[in-house]
Amino acid sequence: MFRTEMMDINMGPQHPSTHGVLRLKLVLDGETVTDTDVMIGYLHRGVEKLCESKNYHMIEPYTDRLDYVAAMYENLGYVEAVEKLMGVTVPERAEYIRVITAELQRIASHLVWLGTHALDIGAMTVFFYCFREREILLDLFEAFCGARLTYNAYRIGGLPWDVPPGWTDRVRHFVKIFPERQKEYATLLTKNRIWIGRTKGVGILKAEDAIDFGVTGPCLRAAGVDYDLRKVHPYSVYPRFNFDVPLGENSDTYDRYLVRMEEMRQSLRIVEQALEQLPAGDIMGKVPKRIKPPVGEVYHVVEGPRGELGFYIVSQGEDKPYRMRFRSPSFVNLQALPHMIQGSLVADVVAVIGTLDIVLGDVDR
Amino acid sequence: MSDALVRNLAIPLAQVLVVLGVASGAVAYMTLIERKILAFMQLRLSPRRVGPHGILQPIADGIKLLIKEDITPTRADKLLFTLAPILTVLPAFTALSLIPFSGGGKFTLFGYEFFPWIADVNVGVVFLLAISSLGIYGIMLGGWASNSKYPMLGALRSAAQMVSYEVPFGFSIIGVLMLSGTASMVGIVEAQRQAHLWYFAPQCLGLFVFFVSGVAETNRLPFDLPEAEAELVAGFHTEYTGMKFAFFMLAEYVSMMVIASIVTTLFFGGWLRPFPNVAALGWLNFGLDHLHPALPGFVWFGLKTFLVLFVYLWLRGTFPRYRYDQLMNLGWFWMIPLSIANVVLTGAVVLLVAR
Repeated sequence: MFRTEMMDINMGPQHPSTHGVLRLKLVLDGETVTDTDVMIGYLHRGVEKLCESKNYHMIEPYTDRLDYVAAMYENLGYVEAVEKLMGVTVPERAEYIRVITAELQRIASHLVWLGTHALDIGAMTVFFYCFREREILLDLFEAFCGARLTYNAYRIGGLPWDVPPGWTDRVRHFVKIFPERQKEYATLLTKNRIWIGRTKGVGILKAEDAIDFGVTGPCLRAAGVDYDLRKVHPYSVYPRFNFDVPLGENSDTYDRYLVRMEEMRQSLRIVEQALEQLPAGDIMGKVPKRIKPPVGEVYHVVEGPRGELGFYIVSQGEDKPYRMRFRSPSFVNLQALPHMIQGSLVADVVAVIGTLDIVLGDVDR
Repeated sequence: MSDALVRNLAIPLAQVLVVLGVASGAVAYMTLIERKILAFMQLRLSPRRVGPHGILQPIADGIKLLIKEDITPTRADKLLFTLAPILTVLPAFTALSLIPFSGGGKFTLFGYEFFPWIADVNVGVVFLLAISSLGIYGIMLGGWASNSKYPMLGALRSAAQMVSYEVPFGFSIIGVLMLSGTASMVGIVEAQRQAHLWYFAPQCLGLFVFFVSGVAETNRLPFDLPEAEAELVAGFHTEYTGMKFAFFMLAEYVSMMVIASIVTTLFFGGWLRPFPNVAALGWLNFGLDHLHPALPGFVWFGLKTFLVLFVYLWLRGTFPRYRYDQLMNLGWFWMIPLSIANVVLTGAVVLLVAR
């Protein structure tokens, strides 16, 4: 008689849809996934340990290289954590510029997510449209800090540079043109029957499961959980802005798509308000050249594009941290992957990896 | 050489060589046109370095594929692995032998007459369907012989896809056969001329089903599941390199041309210009009919085929990829019932009109 044999298949570490060096060992019954083993560590660089041998200034470029799609947030989380540990006050202008660049970074990061996620599902054109707008943002970042990917944009206590002349006008121009461009992506996807078929009801992660797994960011909010650190534990000057936290209802891939699309609109709202309120003044607070935080520890979180990005620092009063640990959202969110793809088809695996929006630099620290 | 030998061997052979040459050239340049059109849709640059506007790029690509290392996986079934691309490409080219590229008159060369097509057989359409479905065997064998899991999955998908779409593919043209009363490709075009009607109007449902099934048959987006680079890396041809890989691509593009040619012939009047029976619109022949009455037909056939191919490329630039089960659902629950409905509807109308 016929007998069904399970097939082990390795997806990754080199695979077009694993968004870096992720390796999934899938057990397939035909095309149905019956078991998944997520294997990570192919990019591991021991950054946390390395940081313990550097002084506080020298650590910042290492944070750029964690989540290289949203390096601005890694910078922000780190410098704010050290500032909290030291009790440093950051000038208002610097805080506003941080918010503007960080929210633009969220849009840039979501554009990479949207482009690659759509590409995973076969919609190639969206990828190029997204990168068209991301290019404008990278130009803005380059004008601001000289780098296009690993920014090293902030300093403990403020900013190393003010924005260059005419930069805010360029940001205003982007704020003006982006909504129309975003409509183009939506035209290609939001009501597309194939897109809906590929994303609705796919990779469901219910609120209670998401909380159990520690999932944060858009993946949690798409499950209807109103948890955005900018509102729940406000930091920087976020309480001064009006913005909504988009929530989903069905906890599926389509809802996560809608939530991130709306988040881009809300980020634009924040940027617009921050530009209006942008004060003049200093960009650097009073910080000693040789940073030696007092003995103690701090855990500081910011709302990154992928979720809760945390920095835990233990100081023994020296110029180097005694212990340094990061809570990277990609790493935590990735835990939910086997649960989300159990019983689904191979094609859904790539859709779910895309919807989790992982960055392997953020997973393998 | 005797007269019979020339008529039955030399002329058909020459015609085959011409069609092979032109089709291969057309495929090469279709890859360039595809890249140009997609680049236009996706706001990026297409090939521009090799030759003016990149027009020599296909030749450079061809040379590159020829000189690339030909790798066969160690534990692959070497015979089948080599045979598979050939099995894929042969039926695709064979199908071209039945396409009437033009009509309206014979050509004369050295005193011998021949038509602007290789063969006009009375079961042309049926033969075309039979031939076009053979290419899938190459894909299945290639996927299986690679001794690798992604190609294996691609091959299995391909088999299922063939079963799902072959049926509506066949059913969808029955309406055309009912209207024209013949299965000869030339006969169907002539029937459209006599009816003063291209069949896309009365057979819009048949056209829709035929085209969608055609896209599925040729493994193009949104139905490129046997290949599915995002899921199966490259599916059935993951392990193929160099010319063997190029053969699969060649087959895919020739199949696209064949499907576009059949669509043109069955639904858009083949080589006929718009309103072919209205003498006042004779200027639509561009004056070429004064040189030879068959010449305008080539132009119109080429234009219509290109338009259908453009839609193929347009789909690729617009749609995401179906999931495997969704593709099967579409085939079994939508395409087959629709194609059967078309047969019933056409039959009823033909009966009513005949009375």
